[in-house]
Amino acid sequence: MLRTLTLSTALALGLGSGAAMAAGEGHVEDFAFPFEGPFGSYDQMQLQRGLQIYTEVCSACHGLKHVAFRTLSDEGGPALPEDQMRAYAEFYEVYDATLFDGEGDFRPATPADHFPASSLAIAPDLSLMAKARAGFHGPYGTGLSQLINGMGGPEYIASLLNGYAEEPDCALEGEPMEGYYNTVFTAGGYPDACKDENGAHTVPGSWIAMAQPLYGDDVDFADGHSTELHSEAQDVAAFLMWTAEPKLVARKQAGLTGVIFLTVLAVLLYLTNKRLWAPHKNKRKD
Amino acid sequence: MAGIPHDHYEPKSGGEKWLHSRLPVVGLMYDTLMIPTPKNLNWMWIWGIVLTFTLVMQIITGIVLVMHYTPHVDMAFASVEHIMRNVNGGHMIRYFHMNGASLFFVAVYLHIFRGLYYGSYKAPREVTWIIGMLIFLMMMGTAFMGYVLPWGQMSFHGTAVITGLFGAIPFVGDSIQTWLLGASAVGQPALNRFFSLHYLLPFVILGLVIVHIWAFHTTGNNNPTGVEVRRSSKEDAAKDTLPFWPYFVIKDLFALAIILAVFMAIVGFMPNYLGHPDNYIPANPLATPSHIVPEWYFLPFYAILRAFTADVWVVMFANWISFGIIDAKFFGVLAMFGSIAVMAVAPWLDTSSVRSGRYRPMFKWWFALLVVDFVVLMWAGAMPAEPPYSTISLIASTYWFAYFLVILPLLGVIEKPLAQPATIEEDFNAHYGAQAHGGKATATPAE
Ligand code: HEC
Repeated sequence: MLRTLTLSTALALGLGSGAAMAAGEGHVEDFAFPFEGPFGSYDQMQLQRGLQIYTEVCSACHGLKHVAFRTLSDEGGPALPEDQMRAYAEFYEVYDATLFDGEGDFRPATPADHFPASSLAIAPDLSLMAKARAGFHGPYGTGLSQLINGMGGPEYIASLLNGYAEEPDCALEGEPMEGYYNTVFTAGGYPDACKDENGAHTVPGSWIAMAQPLYGDDVDFADGHSTELHSEAQDVAAFLMWTAEPKLVARKQAGLTGVIFLTVLAVLLYLTNKRLWAPHKNKRKD
Repeated sequence: MAGIPHDHYEPKSGGEKWLHSRLPVVGLMYDTLMIPTPKNLNWMWIWGIVLTFTLVMQIITGIVLVMHYTPHVDMAFASVEHIMRNVNGGHMIRYFHMNGASLFFVAVYLHIFRGLYYGSYKAPREVTWIIGMLIFLMMMGTAFMGYVLPWGQMSFHGTAVITGLFGAIPFVGDSIQTWLLGASAVGQPALNRFFSLHYLLPFVILGLVIVHIWAFHTTGNNNPTGVEVRRSSKEDAAKDTLPFWPYFVIKDLFALAIILAVFMAIVGFMPNYLGHPDNYIPANPLATPSHIVPEWYFLPFYAILRAFTADVWVVMFANWISFGIIDAKFFGVLAMFGSIAVMAVAPWLDTSSVRSGRYRPMFKWWFALLVVDFVVLMWAGAMPAEPPYSTISLIASTYWFAYFLVILPLLGVIEKPLAQPATIEEDFNAHYGAQAHGGKATATPAE
């Protein structure tokens, strides 16, 4: 409840934040991910489900070229058992220029290889997508929303996958738009018929070149987890956060250790400093 | 070294004497560390140490990053990802370096505004101030070139915009831009030279920092009263000062520990908060981001750059008087560099005989407005260049220049300053009571 309240206030403020992000700004839902907050970490099962969705659906078009297969076994990530990870890698073919007397040939991937790049040229690589998008903005250009909610990259991805809708009435008037109407995607094409006299957008989102990839029940999970669209989108977004920031858990631990250490150090230095100056400072007058 | 009279290093053992007569390095270190420092320095005097620490941190993390980075347009982005994923501790080193730039600018802005309020730029500290301004300029250059290295979308298109500014210079602009980039557009030659300079400039900064410290060790620190340390005798000087070690070292380290705790929280929990998401997209010359924004620390100057559009009367006037040579774009560039230049010549613009803002009743308010102005400019720099933001930028930019060029010179004439304490000792005692005898104060708990 409190969350929804904060969210709607943030949104209300965000929507008021002037021309910059006026209409057309999609509605990014503040999904609750287990890796949020200073103590958050990845949910191994969620990452494995996300990997499965990625493999069965997204990988048809998208790539993950910065991600090495071996990292799927890393602790703090999906942590696939070694043999599963090897079997998973072999399922991909990679081009190896050293094979066939230097002429090059395809061979099954090994753990040291990376995921292939996007097979569809216009589909962006997804390795860093969760850090390359910000779901939250404002209010009034202050960045407070991101300070409180985070950058909103994974939230953006999950919302995008949930954001497909019927084309609005205004779009049915003129030339049919290329692509698919998505209420969250803002970088795409937009028909003139859906702009008011000032050129402002009258409906949220824009038209994206990616057909709706997930509808719900797209995969079967071994752990029997929900395959509703909302939950699938969240799982694959969590997986993409991991591909973008595989060292997140280690980083937060280092951060916490550092903060604690420095705080203790600061207290000790404070006491030392006080002691040191005491002979030179009498009781304060004020 | 001239300056405040104090005890100098005396070599005692034979070995020390031997070295001292050949290379007085121990003496130099001793005198630097034991320098008499005004004992009334407040918490705004900690930023120098923070800055020195940050410079060293940036250099060390930078050297490690270079060991794994590849300055090539096709490999730079991937090599940064290699650092983030495969290099031991690489993700921490990179995030330290990335956010270290922000820490650097937070500290330098507070340091500069400290100087502006307490009149640290005034005689006899003009050289310290000018060197400080050079350091600031070099920092901006270094940070800008460092931002290019990951070769993301903002790296690429930000570089195109900023080097494009030089293209606005009449007659020679295009040649200068080509010379800077090593080509007519941003590409491999630009990446190579920016990488080279990004490695070089921090060491130039280090050298300037040493000269900066040398300069103010010669004049002595300024202090919140702006009243000089008594130099009549060693005894008088000792009443106004305490040695830097241990008094100020421990105090500064305490402040540094708190600041680093906050820094660590940012690196650990929100390392990308101050960055721009677009820089996680590899550079693509064909796709220009819809909204190119510089890093936060450039925003005030970016706002000034964009504030002076062709419909502003000063711009029209400049255009007319220069027979069209100065157009709006070039005027913007001049304004941006001018905004730093007017700050650099503040020692000669400020006519007041009183150093510290503490004793300047009118100055205080204009100064407070300048601080607000800086924040407004920073905010306006991140907003699109359209009304009402363009108008706000213009007003705020105008105030920036008015403060240095009009208000500072006039205030010195019309303002009636308050009485200043005769000595630093007097000010210190007014706050903390007369010096206790024989350290007895430790016996009474201070709370
Ligand atoms: C049929 C091919 C195809 C499939 C399958 C597909 N995508 Fe896409 N995707 C695209 C294309 C094409 C684009 C580029 C869209 C554009 O720029 O208009 C894209 C863009 C994206 C974007 C970037 C949106 C933005 O803000 O620019 C994300 C995120 C994304 N896809 C996620 C996914 C996920 C997650 C899946 C799997 C559930 C998936 N895609 C499946 C083709 C596909």
